[in-house]
Amino acid sequence: MVDLVTHASPMARHVLRGRPAALEAAQGALGFALPRQACRAASKGDVHALWLGPDEWLILSGVSDGLAERLEDAMGAHPHALVEVSDRQIGLVISGAEAEAVLSVGCPLDLGLDAFPVGMCTRTVLAKAEIGLWRTGPNTFHLEVWRSFEAYVRQFLAAAAVVPA
Amino acid sequence: MLLITCPHCGPRPELEFTHGGEAHIARPENPAAMNAEDWTEYLYMRANPKGLHAERWRHLHGCARFFNALRDTTTDQFVATYATGQPRPDLKGAGQ
Repeated sequence: MVDLVTHASPMARHVLRGRPAALEAAQGALGFALPRQACRAASKGDVHALWLGPDEWLILSGVSDGLAERLEDAMGAHPHALVEVSDRQIGLVISGAEAEAVLSVGCPLDLGLDAFPVGMCTRTVLAKAEIGLWRTGPNTFHLEVWRSFEAYVRQFLAAAAVVPA
Repeated sequence: MLLITCPHCGPRPELEFTHGGEAHIARPENPAAMNAEDWTEYLYMRANPKGLHAERWRHLHGCARFFNALRDTTTDQFVATYATGQPRPDLKGAGQ
């Protein structure tokens, strides 16, 4: 049985978009390189950068750690967009040996470790909701769910985890 | 379900995509100078071919980017996908 769904610890969320000059500057403030490979995440400490698109990343960090201000200062005059979405989404953590199987009930991606290795992240769909899916361990996934879909996603996963008698 | 190859993300399920109409239709530089017939031609008239069709698709539930695809309208086979801005691949007869 899956220790199904728990809330991720509170975090600040920002979506970063920009051209190479802005991204170079942002990396200085982040302290690590933004992942350029499609659908990959990079982390340092409790700061995570998740690839969303060719010029778009989701930055997760500790609440009130001042990272957004440091990013803004670093990017300065370079055209960019740094949009806070902390309260738009809710982080859910699914862990357990059957996490992959339960997610696969509603997610059409191949979630096997070969096709979806640890560190891979992407937007995708879970049943009728769009989610951000990030594999943080062989049996652990982090979901970013738009908050009005949280009840739907939790109930769907709870139903998916029921093993028929 | 079809697998569609996003130029950025690779092969992904059809559910994640939305269709964006025929590709390679440039908006006129100066619409105000056009007559109604030419504007109608730009706005509404489409090739609607039987066979290879260049289309815009958007990987909505993924990287969210538009790209172009060559799809055979008789077999629903995606013959090629390529990034927006690139010319249509010359693949006459492919996918038949």
